[in-house]
Amino acid sequence: MTTMKSLAGSAAALALTAGAALADPALIYDLGGKFDKSFNEAAFNGATRWAEETGGEFRDIELQSEAQREQALRRFAEAGFNPVVTTGFSMSTPITNVAADYPDTKFVTIDGYVDPEAHPNVKSILFAEHQGSYLVGMMAAMASESGTVSFVGGMDIPLIRKFACGYAQGVKAVNPDATVIANMTGTTPAAWNDPVKGSELTKAQISQGSDVVFAAAGGTGLGVLQTAEDEGILSIGVDSNQNYLHPGSVLTSMLKRVDVAVFESMEAGADLETGVEVLTLAEDGVGYAMDENNASLVSEEMQAAVEEAKAAIIAGDLAVHDYTSDDSCPALTF
Amino acid sequence: MDKMPAWADAVLVPLFSLLLAALLSALVILAIGESPVEAFKLMVDGALMRSSGWGYTLYYATNFIFTGLAVSVAFHAKLFNIGGEGQATVGGLGVALICLYIPWPHWSLALVGAALGAAAFGALWALIPAYLQARRGSHIVITTIMFNFIAAALLNYVLVNLLKPAGQMDPASPVFPAATHLPTFQDMFATEAMPLFRGAPGNVTFFVAIAACLAVWVLIWRTRLGYEIRALGHSESAARYAGISPVKIVVVAMLISGGLAGLMAVNTAMGEAERLVMNATEGAGFIGIAVALMGRNHPIGVFLAAILFGFLYQGGAELALWTNIPRELIVVIQALVILFTGALDNMVRMPLERLFLAFGRKERA
Repeated sequence: MTTMKSLAGSAAALALTAGAALADPALIYDLGGKFDKSFNEAAFNGATRWAEETGGEFRDIELQSEAQREQALRRFAEAGFNPVVTTGFSMSTPITNVAADYPDTKFVTIDGYVDPEAHPNVKSILFAEHQGSYLVGMMAAMASESGTVSFVGGMDIPLIRKFACGYAQGVKAVNPDATVIANMTGTTPAAWNDPVKGSELTKAQISQGSDVVFAAAGGTGLGVLQTAEDEGILSIGVDSNQNYLHPGSVLTSMLKRVDVAVFESMEAGADLETGVEVLTLAEDGVGYAMDENNASLVSEEMQAAVEEAKAAIIAGDLAVHDYTSDDSCPALTF
Repeated sequence: MDKMPAWADAVLVPLFSLLLAALLSALVILAIGESPVEAFKLMVDGALMRSSGWGYTLYYATNFIFTGLAVSVAFHAKLFNIGGEGQATVGGLGVALICLYIPWPHWSLALVGAALGAAAFGALWALIPAYLQARRGSHIVITTIMFNFIAAALLNYVLVNLLKPAGQMDPASPVFPAATHLPTFQDMFATEAMPLFRGAPGNVTFFVAIAACLAVWVLIWRTRLGYEIRALGHSESAARYAGISPVKIVVVAMLISGGLAGLMAVNTAMGEAERLVMNATEGAGFIGIAVALMGRNHPIGVFLAAILFGFLYQGGAELALWTNIPRELIVVIQALVILFTGALDNMVRMPLERLFLAFGRKERA
């Protein structure tokens, strides 16, 4: 009753929900905010593409506080939005608390994991970041002249170690004697948006001989890529295609298709299949970026080698170790 | 009559400040092409017209009552404690340790234990700035705000390196055992026929906050210690002449203040999240300053101002959900209210006072 009243109220009042079918999707961004040039913005882009292609409408919210996580989930579910898509691993605990109260609503947690047995109306979308990182690691090793490459992570969490571990394995696969330097920016969410420290870490790595640096650090990575160009070494972007940021200096970008995940969740609508989905190289959920900005940096044989490894990983002939499977890495110590 | 009546000071000044803030906010909303009337309706509807909205409003208000009282108590001794944020952060650590490592049989006992722990940790965090102020003359404003950063770093270290379960991405403690989960308003008041407060985080801690209001009133106006605190606040030299030790009163007032700020963590960590997260205080320590200023450092005023700010927070969340007003502008609206009721207090008071004086003179003439 109160739900209907609020719906009617807001629809009549603001003409915003007016005309909206009750099964519109909703999108909840993590505290980083909608326009972070990285993870959340990719989600927004996916949703926008869905709205443009289908003519549908979606509602979104940027959270302001921790208490709003559950609140936003509940209010969207009560108002009939379906599915409710969320970004970031911090949303998985609130979804666990809320999902059972709204059995008819589908929840999607991107990068988070919710037990599908206990919560049948939740879909967890994870990415095989280690596979994509492996490929860019191979490219780094092939492009490196010094035999030393490096990695700058954002917040020191298992997810980022998964990137680093895949990267190091790719490097060692090409050049077993290569040195991989890995540094993390910090241990708090602030580490996602600290380009100055990213720049400092990159300089320190360059002084240790690194000539290719892979940044998996959100907004911090912008400082890494900038410094790499200033110092004349190569860099590797992350999540979105960042090749265009510094043409001729960004070797490639490790793509993580959050936009595709959001697009497909919204496309499926209320009929979304729940459970755990891992987007891998096979589904193009992860990959490496090639365009005119880095064409001169990547030789044909480099690309051929990477494509071969990609095919082998998809076929299952080549296994890349996933750091989060046992919290350890054969190619790198943290 | 050279002052305006107390009722005007307590009621009219905040009211006019609020009206001014509302007016400016309306202009801001108008400027981005939304309707201020509808936005206000949406805020009222979402925060006050439904029980779950009240559940959120009172949840936020509980935080602000504790931090508002904390600022008030210190302020009666003329100490400006702006370290509520840090004291609440460290208080959260106390709550987490007590909930995680002591096997509580029942939530009521856990509540008492966690409240004591939160208050003790918060008080401890205020002790060092208090000592430095009392003995060394280091300014309390500087030291308490610096201690906010130290508290954030300390919590960061403890969560990431000690409390976080292996493999978890989130820098947060494990979920507290079920026996320590506090009953929410939903558990207390909802029935089969009337599902009140559904899903809202408001919980039993709200009543602890009311009790704290009472306790602060008794302390400040009905005890010897309260008298000494007020005496020191009015004049240190007079207090010293009367045999009151400034060192002792400064330290004790700050301990009480820090303890009250720490209590806030019972609400956020134990009542809402049921675990300790990195960002648990969410600026409530700073909002407490505005709440105390608006509430004239009186528990009743603090209580009312806290409800108002709770309404602003919950109403702001509703705006974010159902309109296209961006998050940044919602913060602007909340900040305008703080600016007018807190910082620009005299801007409203002085013209009002002049008005009252002018009328007073006419009556006498």
